[in-house]
Formats: sequence, structure tokens, C-alpha cells
Amino acid sequence: MGRETPKQQQQQQQQVSYTVEQLVAVNPYNPDILPDLENYVNEQVSSQTYSLDANLCLLRLYQFEPERMSTQIVARILVKALMAMPAPDFSLCLFLIPERLQMEEQFKTLIVLSHYLETGRFRQFWDEAAKSRHIVEAVPGFEQAIQTYAIHVLSLTYQKIPRPVLAEAINIEGLSLDKFLEHQAANSGWILEKGHGRGQLIILPRNEFNHPELKKSAADSVPLEHITRIFPILG
Amino acid sequence: MATNYDYEEAPANYDETHRQDLGYDPNFVPDSVKSFVGHLYRHIREKNVYEIHQMYEISFQTLSDRLFKDTPWPSVDAVAHYVDNDQVFCLLYREMWFRHLYARLSPTLKQRIDSWDNYCSLFQVVLHRVVNMQLPNQWLWDMVDEFVYQFQSFCQYRAKMKNKSEQEIALLRQYDQAWNVYGVLNYLQAFVEKSNIMQILEQEKEGLEQFTATDGYDYSGGSNVLKVLGYFSMVGLLRVHCLLGDYQTGLKCLLPIDISQQGVYTSVIGSHITTIYHYGFANLMLRRYVEAIREFNKILLYIYKTKQFHQKSPQYEQILKKNEQMYALLAICLSLCPQVKLVEETVNSQLREKYGEKMARMQRYDDEAFAIYDELFSYACPKFITPSAPSFEEPLVNYNQDAYRLQLKLFLYEVKQQQLLSGVRTFLKVYSTISLGKLANYMEVDEPTLRWTFFFFLMFLCI
Repeated sequence: MGRETPKQQQQQQQQVSYTVEQLVAVNPYNPDILPDLENYVNEQVSSQTYSLDANLCLLRLYQFEPERMSTQIVARILVKALMAMPAPDFSLCLFLIPERLQMEEQFKTLIVLSHYLETGRFRQFWDEAAKSRHIVEAVPGFEQAIQTYAIHVLSLTYQKIPRPVLAEAINIEGLSLDKFLEHQAANSGWILEKGHGRGQLIILPRNEFNHPELKKSAADSVPLEHITRIFPILG
Repeated sequence: MATNYDYEEAPANYDETHRQDLGYDPNFVPDSVKSFVGHLYRHIREKNVYEIHQMYEISFQTLSDRLFKDTPWPSVDAVAHYVDNDQVFCLLYREMWFRHLYARLSPTLKQRIDSWDNYCSLFQVVLHRVVNMQLPNQWLWDMVDEFVYQFQSFCQYRAKMKNKSEQEIALLRQYDQAWNVYGVLNYLQAFVEKSNIMQILEQEKEGLEQFTATDGYDYSGGSNVLKVLGYFSMVGLLRVHCLLGDYQTGLKCLLPIDISQQGVYTSVIGSHITTIYHYGFANLMLRRYVEAIREFNKILLYIYKTKQFHQKSPQYEQILKKNEQMYALLAICLSLCPQVKLVEETVNSQLREKYGEKMARMQRYDDEAFAIYDELFSYACPKFITPSAPSFEEPLVNYNQDAYRLQLKLFLYEVKQQQLLSGVRTFLKVYSTISLGKLANYMEVDEPTLRWTFFFFLMFLCI
């Protein structure tokens, strides 16, 4: 067999993932699909895609047959789940992972990282992530995903973001931050303003980062009058 | 850790010779039983659903209370003679036989395995043969409900390896397919698929099918058994997934059923309660407190209004138990997410009576509060299971609490994360306008932390 062209490889890959998604939908309680699901996790990592349903399916199979569990795959699933924030995928996965595994070092670290993200402690998050490069660097797109999440949070809780706050949240400073801001101003409708001696203020367009499912849950949980009550406080 | 979680069943090492009381002769068939099976068999053949229901619900209970208070019913071999040795009837009879056994006595391991075999045979018939029966929804629901219950019971039993006898261990090793989690899930899934129930419900919305309107019964000469088993299996799947801790998938399995409306799931009170209990619990674990509160409120009001009509029914005790558990879950949800407007007056006054004091203490978020969260959660949660086969290596351990411990731990962790949010909520009630800096100062947290706290109000919870 000759070498496959990248296009052919991509087509094959697409065929494989189509089949895996089908399997999960049609025949999920089947020990034979475990290797396919594991390969699919690795594929999600390398091609920067994501499937919660397939990953939950795999975690379930690991529950049914613990001797077949791969700690590395589980760790990768958790990192991908972190990258899906603000979706609660990380906790959904934890419910299915045995306690004794959660006590292992790398999992404790991931739980701490998730905790920082959930309580908005971005500075601590980036510090801890820096100490655990081997975990997070194994998954391409991790940094960007967290930055996207951070910006999303900022867009909802700030009307005008002071530069130092943004810098801390997305872990970019100095010239890199200048470049980043220019790019966002040119392509994503960000407005850069001079502040009162505190440096730049950045105004994000609020609609850009609203996800439909989040909008729905926000509408369910919080009446509009309560939201507007909060915003004056946030400044 | 609360100890009131321990599974309420007789210990696993219950002596085989002592159970099933002295004087039980499996081959003795009292006249009333001959009459009972004869009539039930005829009604099933003639598709007299109403009569079947009366016999199933009332006569069976009455005879059980009178003649079989603490012994099993006569063996199926003994009664087969009176029902033309009809295979399907015998499978149905055995299903009732085992259900009675589980309810009144303590099943041995062999009996647990035999019951599994019976379900397999019965389900194979329904799935692969044309079954010309109409059975009452109550019975069909009970089949699915009991199936999942016996699975849960088996997992609990199997997880207590410590005091197992050699025979028991040998049997467990030999019959490793019995109550295997794959088997259980695949049967439920098979019912959902083979019955085509999801498409039926879809098409019903467009007026192309009749299902809910007839309560699932088939008035064109066919059978309701596969369709209704398929329908109830969706609730069965929700339940099994909750037992495994997979709340997301559980809710997904229930999706085809619109719980904002009446449906076949409300045609049987046990099904209605089980559905909402698990739906509410799953939402609680997914932090969708408002949704959980809404549904618990509705069902608790419904139970309040209708429980008197079920006083004589065999399900009455279960109804009361689930009622109490849901009040506990409601107390938890409201403590994490206060919502005055969502709870109806009657429900609210019941809630205050049962948990008023505890709720006040839960909202203080001190050590005592966590102990109360622990207590209520442990009382009200499903009996989580470890689905994998046990290790037969020495030393044998009991691991039946592992699954519960994990879910409790993660739940309390979530409660802890709520601590900060609760403080903010208190301040917001008092101050209509306050600067972030001032608020941060009062709460003794830094400003950035407080900012993100508001985000979590908006995204995950409620003010």
C-alpha cells in the first residue's frame, strides 16, 4: 500500500470518528468498542475536536471493567473536559472515576486546576498549570481553550476590563498582549480605550461570546432584573 | 459518614437451610391458587385487561397476605398443570413469584441467579416473538422496576465479599453472566429499540401515531407489551445511569418523554414518582437546582393530593418513602439555591415542618451545616452501585459503600464551593447598591475572586 496523502488520511479519520459516534449512539453498552473509544480520545487530542458523549461512554466501560482502564486516557479525557468550560463536563467525568484514582497525583492536580477555574482564581490557575506542563502540554489547544473561557467570563462580568485584569486572566503580558489586543480589535470587534491612569480599558462586544445553551440556562436560572441589578456593582 | 445508608436487606450469609420457612411445600397448590392462576391465565388469553389488573394488583396481594405471608408461592412446576403448561404464562408467574420472594423473604444467591434466568427468558420472548397479549401498565412497569431493583440488589449483595461462604463464591464465579451490567443495560436498550418507541413518540407529536392517548394500549387487535416495556425502559435506563453516577446520559435516555405533560409515565404512580425522583436527583447533581426544585415541587404537591387513594395499594409504603426522600432533596436544593416563588404553599409548609430547622442550619455553612447536608444526601440518594465483577483474591473485602462514598464526596465538595456564593447572596439582600470594593471588604475576599463569584451566579445558579 502506498503512502496515503494527507487528504486521504483526513478522510479516513473522518470515517473513523463518524463510526465511533454512531457506535456510541446505537450500541454503547458493548465492551468491544473500548479500543475504538480510546483511539477516539487520542484523535480528539491530536485533531483538537471533542466529544463528551463518547468520553462518558468510555469512562462507563472503564467502570464496568476496571482492569482495562488506562490512567493516561482518563487524564486526557479530564484535560479535554477542562477545555470545555464553562460546560460542567469535568464534574460529569469525575462522577465516573473511582475515588482511589482521583487520589493519584496527576488527578489531584487536575482537580485543583478545575477548582481554580470554577472559582475564578485565574492567577493561581496559570501558576499551577505552569508547574504541571507535562499534563497540560500533552493536549494541543489547552491554553487557547482556557483563554477563550476566561474571555467569555470577562465579557459577562465586566463592561470595561482593565488591562491588568485581562492580562492575569489569559496569562499574556507585554508585547504579546499588545499583539493579541490588536488582533482582537481588528477581527473580533474589541474596543481599546485609554483609562484613568490605570492603563488601557478593553470593551468586549457582549454578544460575541454568548453560547446558545448558556443563554438558555441563564434565562432559566436568573430573571433579567437580577442581572441588571448586578451590573452596576461590577462597574 | 452517616450510617443510615446501609442497605436494608438481610445479611449475605443468611443461612440457606433456615430461610423459606418450615412447612413450605413448593408442590402444594391450595385451591384458591388453582383458581387464581386458572382465571388469570384465561383473562390473559382473552385480553381482559381490566380483570387482569384486578387480579394482579388485588387478588395476588390478598392471597399473599393470607397464605404466603412468609413463604414463597407454590412452584411454577406445580401450577403449570392448571394453565395448560403455557410457557409464557409460566414465565409471567415466575416473575411474580420472585418479586414476592424479594419483597417478603431474602433471596439466596441461587434464587437471584434463577430470577435473572427467568427475566432473560421472558424478555427474549417479548423481544423475538409475536406476543399476543395486553397487560396492564402497572404490571409492565413493575417488571422493569423490579428488574432494575434486583440488579441493584445483586450488586450490593455481591460487593459484600467478606463473609461469603465457599459455595457462594463458587456460584458467583460460575454464573458470572447473571446480573451482568452489560446484560441489564442491553436488555433495556433492546426494548427501547425493538419497540421503536422513540419514533412512535415523535410521530405522535405530528398526529401520525396514537400512544399516549390510549395509555399505550393497542385497540387494533395487537399487543401493548413491547411498546410499553420499551417506554418504561427509558425510565429504567435513567435509573441505572443514576446508580452508576452518569447523570448526563441518564437524562439523555429520558429525553423522548416530555415530563411537562401527562403521559404513559403518569399512568402508574410508581412510574411517575420514580421518573421525577431520578430526574430531580440528576439535575441536582448537575447543579441545575432550579429545574430540580420545579419538578420536586410539582410531584410533592401531586402526592399530597392523591396519596389517600393509594392507601390500600402494595406501593403505598414506597410512595411514602420516596415522598420523604424528595422533601429531603428539596431541602438541599433550596438551601443551595433559595427560591421563594417556586415552591407551592402546601409543599412549603410540609417542608418547613420536616426540615425548617435543618435548612436554617444548612445555610450557615459551618461544620454542622455540612453534617446536615451529608445526612440528608445519604438518606435521600439512590443506592449507588459498583458495576464491575468482584475480585476473588484474598483478602476479601466489602466494597459496597465505595460508589456511594464517591458521590457523597463530590456532592459535599460542590456544597463547599457554594459557601462563598451564599455569603454574597446574603449581602445582596441587604444592600441594593454597593461598590465591589466595599463588598469584597465585608466578605474578606479579594476583588477578583468576588467578580468571578458573580459570574457563577449568572452561569450556574440563581440569586
